[in-house]
Amino acid sequence: MYSFVPDEDQKMLIEVINRYAANDLRPKARDADEALGFSAQVIHKGWELGVLQASIPEEYGGFGDRSAVTGVLAIEEMAYGDLAGTLAVMTPGLFALPILLVGSEEQKQKYLPEIVEADWQPYTAALIEPSFDFDPRELRLKAEETTDGYLLSGKKINVPFADQASAMLVYANLEGKTQGFIVEGRPAGMEVGEPHKLLGINALPNFPVTFNNVWVSRVQRLGGPDGHAFEPIFASMHVAMAAAAVGLSRAAFEYARDYAKEREAFGVKIAQKQAIAFMLAEMATEIEAIRLLTWEAAWMIDHQKEDANKEAYLALTGATDMAMMVTDRAVQILGGYGYIREYPVEMWMRNGRGFPMLNGLLLV
Amino acid sequence: MIDFETPEPIKKQQYVLTTVAENMMRPVSRYFDEHEHEIPWDYINFMHMAMRQTGAGSLAPREGKPDKDKPERPKIGYQMLAFMLEILAWGDVGMYLVTPGGGLGAAAVEATGTPEQKQKFLARFRDEKPTFAAMAMTEPQAGSDTSAIRSTAVLDKETKEWVLNGEKIFVTAGQKALEESNGFVVVWATIDPKAGRAGMRPFVVEAGTPGVKVTKLEHKMGIRCSDTASIVLQNARVPYDHILGNPEVVDEKTTKGFKGAMATFDATRPLVAATAVGVARATVETLKQLLAEQGVNIRYGLPRQKLTAIEKEVIDMEVMLRSAWLMVLKAVWMADNRMHNPLEASMAKVRCGDVVTKITQKAVELMGPLGYSRDLLLEKWFRDAKISDIYEGTGQINRLIVARNILGYRGSELR
Repeated sequence: MYSFVPDEDQKMLIEVINRYAANDLRPKARDADEALGFSAQVIHKGWELGVLQASIPEEYGGFGDRSAVTGVLAIEEMAYGDLAGTLAVMTPGLFALPILLVGSEEQKQKYLPEIVEADWQPYTAALIEPSFDFDPRELRLKAEETTDGYLLSGKKINVPFADQASAMLVYANLEGKTQGFIVEGRPAGMEVGEPHKLLGINALPNFPVTFNNVWVSRVQRLGGPDGHAFEPIFASMHVAMAAAAVGLSRAAFEYARDYAKEREAFGVKIAQKQAIAFMLAEMATEIEAIRLLTWEAAWMIDHQKEDANKEAYLALTGATDMAMMVTDRAVQILGGYGYIREYPVEMWMRNGRGFPMLNGLLLV
Repeated sequence: MIDFETPEPIKKQQYVLTTVAENMMRPVSRYFDEHEHEIPWDYINFMHMAMRQTGAGSLAPREGKPDKDKPERPKIGYQMLAFMLEILAWGDVGMYLVTPGGGLGAAAVEATGTPEQKQKFLARFRDEKPTFAAMAMTEPQAGSDTSAIRSTAVLDKETKEWVLNGEKIFVTAGQKALEESNGFVVVWATIDPKAGRAGMRPFVVEAGTPGVKVTKLEHKMGIRCSDTASIVLQNARVPYDHILGNPEVVDEKTTKGFKGAMATFDATRPLVAATAVGVARATVETLKQLLAEQGVNIRYGLPRQKLTAIEKEVIDMEVMLRSAWLMVLKAVWMADNRMHNPLEASMAKVRCGDVVTKITQKAVELMGPLGYSRDLLLEKWFRDAKISDIYEGTGQINRLIVARNILGYRGSELR
């Protein structure tokens, strides 16, 4: 039976996150973008909202069950505040959620309580690689099997908080398959480079990491010695990023809408001109369309529907174009003000460009 | 709780309707495209019989009183209808438009009529013979701007009849409603030409009314199976109670009549959008199948940089198609749950009109010379699709409605 309204628990969660997004993330987003990071206080406060904790069952220290639908609702709301802040707050999920989804029982016992019962800690993951045709299902970083484990060799970029990481999930190509490997601390052969500056999401500290024959034991392979399926993680990445794109686009749309209702030209508010009003109408329509696609994909993941992975991919594909369309128009509607850093929309446009290439930096 | 599970009754209906679309529509799709104004009676009679038996697709009130012992089922009537229309349009949208059962005319009665009027006018759709109804709004000088309508209705106080005069154009199924069945046309006319929208009222004009004449059938780019009629009303007299809604408000200068028309559109726009999705889905499925026959299969999950141009186009089509359909579903789900949905209805119409034109245009291009040929149905769907962005409110009028809603503006603030 169709329904398009979140349940009561989800509504409460959205409300709490909305307050954090509006009162904590949004007011500090510009400074954080310029200073290349949020204060620890903001990130810890976001962590305390319990988005990740609510995805982890009680037996592993959490207080709920993972729901992709709840996840995308939460992500949209947080990204409405700020994308980089959302990625920073949710970074430990890059490590914890794959373990929850496809990890071995031993790995769940070992890591999940340690992560979710404590304050925010820099658990992270390394997926993205420095090549124009980077493809999570055809990685260049290689894992080679040895008699007692694996050797990892290759380069990663955009690894959040790699400089202080307690542990890192490193994705590698093992005989043509994408497999995760848990790397603790800073083993021999692993090198973390200087902070990496990007077009946007500057408030997310991220680093290149080089692996030169880094050894990991068999039990540190995600899922245990027999490994794991990558598709469930991949689908989760797609819907999470799509939801973030919806949240960011909503922020840009609302800002442009409110500006257009204030700004006057030729004796009327510019929103009273069809040229502007129609842009806004199309932005709102686009956002609603992609939000529904993202919801359905998340619902399909939760109900293990056959086409869930495909739908999740479609959601991010649509979300990528939506984010660019909406943020570009938001800048356009603000005109010169859109282009100056005193206003947030140029930052949203830069952040909005990142969705296809930053896929992998968020999970639900 | 957010849920995307298709209800069981809809799933059952889907199976049956797909069989109808595959066997009764697709095989004759090309024939009726090339024989404009011929009437597909086989399809019409079959649908009439099937709908009479099952009650599906009809807005006509059911006979008898509701069984109080049975628990009330969740309301999914509009959802059922949206699914039905999507599948029939997937079969052939021109033929879908000649499905008996009342169409927009019945929808107008449903949205604005009194219980007595509903009983009186809608019962005929259960008759033995298929019956049609139509909505007559547009005039040569008045399209989207319905306040420019000049057709008049004057009350003859002696006979207590309305006397209608004027010319209506682009009346979908107008001929079938007036000449091919015992149907009716809902004619929008003004009772006070100086009052603008406040004077607008809907009148039921039945087949056989003296002074009502179908004067022309249009020749169109697509949906050729559907008759698009011009109707002239010359001193056409209809009984007093054929004015839809409460006749008590006849003398008041209110915009209630106009609002009635708009309420009709809130209900029908998502349904028209559903037919656009049907054409779009037919196109995407056919395109994918034709490509697969040439060894081109779509690889999902790749970054765009690694996709071929064709793969990228097809994937973008699937994004448009699915998201458009979900907007339709949300709009009709709201209607079923008695939620106010003008924003969602217009958004769905905007999106669906956009995507069906884009998808069909691109599909013709992607198939090269084969796409341009009448050997395939792609070129027909390209022609059929365009009307979706025009009728039941153009894409632009619907953008205006969306814009007013999101900006909180009245018509006077955003013209």
